[in-house]
Amino acid sequence: MKTYKSINLWVRFFKIVLPFVLIIGLDSCKLNHLRDLEPSGPVTRSIDDLFWLTIALMSIILIPVFSMTAGFIWKYRASNSKASHVPDWNSPIWLEWLVWLFPALIVLILTIMTWIYTHRLDPYKPQEANTPPLVIQVIALDWKWLFIYPEQNIAVVNELTLPVNRPIAFQITSNTVMNSFFIPRLGGQIYAMAGMETQLHVIADKPGRYFGENIQYSGQGFPYQNFETSVTTPQDFDAWVKKAGQSAQILDLSAFIELSKPSVSHPVVYYAFVSPDLFNHVINQYIGGQKSLATVHVTHDNPVVTPNVR
Amino acid sequence: MFGKLTLQAISYDNLIVMGGIGLMLVAALTLLGLITYFHKWIYLWNEWLTSLDHKKIGIMYIILALVMLLRGFADAVMMRTQQALAVDTNQGFLTPHHYDQIFSAHGTIMIIFMAMPFLTGLINIVVPLQLGKRDVAFPFMNALSLWLTVAGALLVMVSLAIGEFSTAGWSGYPPYSEIEYSPGVGVDYWIWALMLSGAASTMTGINFLVTILLDRAPGMTLMLMPLFSWTALCTSILMTMAFPALTVVTALLGLDRYLGMHFFSNGNGGNLMNYVNLFWIWGHPEVYILILPAFGIFSEVISTFSGKRLFGYKSLVYATIVIALLSFTVWLHHFFTMGASANVNAAFGIATMVIAVPTGVKIFDWLLTMYRGRIRFTVPMLWALAFLPTFAIGGATGMLLAVPPVDFMVHNSEFLVAHFHNMLIPGAMFGFLSGYTFWFPKAFGFRLDENWGKLAFWNWLVGFYLAFIPLYYLGLMGMPRRMQHYGNPEWQPFLIVAALGAFLIFIGINCLIIQLVVSIWKRHENRDAIGDPWDGRSLEWATSSPPPAYNFAVIPEVRCIDAFMDMKEKGVAYVRPTSYQAIYLPRNTGLGVIFGGSAFVFGFAMIWHIWWLAMAAGLAMLAAIIVHSFDDDNENCMSAAEIKLIEDSRFRVLSEAKQTQKNGTHLSINPLVYQE
Repeated sequence: MKTYKSINLWVRFFKIVLPFVLIIGLDSCKLNHLRDLEPSGPVTRSIDDLFWLTIALMSIILIPVFSMTAGFIWKYRASNSKASHVPDWNSPIWLEWLVWLFPALIVLILTIMTWIYTHRLDPYKPQEANTPPLVIQVIALDWKWLFIYPEQNIAVVNELTLPVNRPIAFQITSNTVMNSFFIPRLGGQIYAMAGMETQLHVIADKPGRYFGENIQYSGQGFPYQNFETSVTTPQDFDAWVKKAGQSAQILDLSAFIELSKPSVSHPVVYYAFVSPDLFNHVINQYIGGQKSLATVHVTHDNPVVTPNVR
Repeated sequence: MFGKLTLQAISYDNLIVMGGIGLMLVAALTLLGLITYFHKWIYLWNEWLTSLDHKKIGIMYIILALVMLLRGFADAVMMRTQQALAVDTNQGFLTPHHYDQIFSAHGTIMIIFMAMPFLTGLINIVVPLQLGKRDVAFPFMNALSLWLTVAGALLVMVSLAIGEFSTAGWSGYPPYSEIEYSPGVGVDYWIWALMLSGAASTMTGINFLVTILLDRAPGMTLMLMPLFSWTALCTSILMTMAFPALTVVTALLGLDRYLGMHFFSNGNGGNLMNYVNLFWIWGHPEVYILILPAFGIFSEVISTFSGKRLFGYKSLVYATIVIALLSFTVWLHHFFTMGASANVNAAFGIATMVIAVPTGVKIFDWLLTMYRGRIRFTVPMLWALAFLPTFAIGGATGMLLAVPPVDFMVHNSEFLVAHFHNMLIPGAMFGFLSGYTFWFPKAFGFRLDENWGKLAFWNWLVGFYLAFIPLYYLGLMGMPRRMQHYGNPEWQPFLIVAALGAFLIFIGINCLIIQLVVSIWKRHENRDAIGDPWDGRSLEWATSSPPPAYNFAVIPEVRCIDAFMDMKEKGVAYVRPTSYQAIYLPRNTGLGVIFGGSAFVFGFAMIWHIWWLAMAAGLAMLAAIIVHSFDDDNENCMSAAEIKLIEDSRFRVLSEAKQTQKNGTHLSINPLVYQE
């Protein structure tokens, strides 16, 4: 009797709980799209398609696994004396081959898809558009982001403004430990590493306010290391550049050294002028034995004050 | 005199840490008090601590794993509680520095000091029995492995009380883990804990590689080995080949920190990418080191409780070998986001997907093993049945992560956390708990209580789904892992559900503890008199429970895959041999404990820069090895008469059991399990 009861529980589990979990799971991914993670550029839209395509292909394997598990548990339970019991069932050889070929076929399709999409969505590949890309240099600091617009000769801490429909070319490095630069609605993440430059190309085609973050743990201030990204019309972008250009602060070496010191929830700061080639200086100080900017280099020694919450 | 060590190293002001230490001290003192009260010190020393018997070493490994499970799980509960609370203006109850230590400790403990000892323990107990052997190839090295692992685990435990633990996560990425960003002793604790246990795991790998390949019961060719032994073989190969990479990479990081070298530092020619590369060359095979033995356990359990020969034995063996080989070809998928070219990322993404083929084969083979079987819903089988669909879900999300563009979106997020817990909890933990219940009667001579086992199972299973499915959503919503605090209130409901799940698993773990106590209490009711409580199929069930020190008085001959089932069917399972021969067994030695103890002191002294103590402890370790290598008289002889005495009493028990069974054609079919 006891065994019977536990089978019943099992069946109930597979019939009710699992589909429920799955449906809620799939549904809420869609929910996300209605809320704050709707893809807002061609890159994230393609990735979104790819995500669902992979899930669809995987369910070709998952559905037989779930139904066979549930079906066999029910049918071949020990208390079911009607089911056939063949303890030394000689497995037919075609079935053993099928067991290999079936997953192999699905994986083959996925493999081809992966090859094509990985090349198509390579973050290093510039976005195709009629307008030339806007270059933005990104420097990860403890625990904030510095964005330099070399063309506009301005810089800003913890705020990113992008013109809509214009390809963006991010050049990314770090002046501290490894970070990962990520604006979920616009593109994938890429690591920011000292002494190295990584790249990310995106294009935003919907104006709006998106959140950006460091998604690689980098120390005590890490949870607060995020920034707002505004995608605006070209006119608004120009106005924003003008506003930043009117700032009283400039980003020369000493200002950068001051800025590099660890801080949490750093306020947004605009700089009207950026020391030429600052980005490359930051990279070069970690290469070889050179120490041209040695003093810029920070450590985590300074104790963190209780962070203000944004 | 004491290096960096001062009284300030103990954080008296932190109530949580002090509470934890208090609890640990009370538990330890109670245990020591009880041992003293019952005058068990000599027994403990003679029968356990100095033992080279693979079964006892295995049991001690599993005790270590269960203790560390409690510690690692306490960390998990604290993290889940913190994240359920710490939104917006609420800072939760853990400071960033404390929280960061907890997630680092949780990962390190669960992988290195819970899962590894658990599987090593199971392999120790079962593999020699399955292969019809009397011991492992290198019994003393086996003891060294155990006591080095214990020393590493002790270092992690001590870090709670004295000093701090690493905040760099279980993967300890530089430059964050370098001295300039992590000047405290935390990373050093992490390095030395990994060094000691890494050396232990390498030795375990070598030991079982040789044990399995050297010799087996007469007739047992490789392709007649039980599946668990096969997975143990492949895991041993992986351990032997992968763990040196971990030892090297932690040693290099140590050289950076201790001697100011620049392997992975920012600047001066250091490069963190070398670390990440080396770490995952160990780290990815490590995942399969954990999962393969569990696959072996599921193979044994599903076949036994379906009352049916494994479907596709050869497929399963080849799939295991293919997984072991491929596990060395995919490590780059842990850092797709480092800026490698599309060709490189695509190649490693595809290699990752290829692993899904042999894994899928295994899942279908287990399912087809149940087809036309007769499934008994015992506790080990429940774990295996829950594993199948749950692991498949984890595999599917793994395929998502293997597609580089998708990985760019969910890497480092809670999605990743959900994925690897979805692989390791059903894929490793469920397997170990299944094996624990399955082989417990073999190790101790009585079965574990069914009802408490079922209760534990259901709490774990439901708790698992509640705790980790919400994390998938959170990852898709952009939530990073390792957050002590977050600003987005939309994440909170999911984290509260996850905390509820953790609470259910907490109940599940308590049920396991109660199960153990109740089972010891009722051990006479659940006695396994004949040594075959589940109608088993492989050789470990042919001997008594617990087996005598020599395992088999006469090594059985093997003719087919399910060797013991075959013997039972032919009616030769319990034939009394005409005569016995003397057996030589390794003699107990305390040098293993001394070596492990010295290694602990050595690690501790290195962490705190107490150089004289480190030197003394290092010399003690060396001395232990030298003394052992000059000890030629290291075997005990059991005479044929002694063995006859033990075996006679076993056959007395067997014949009593036979008389109590009414239609006693099949001795092994235990009436307690066949209830239909």
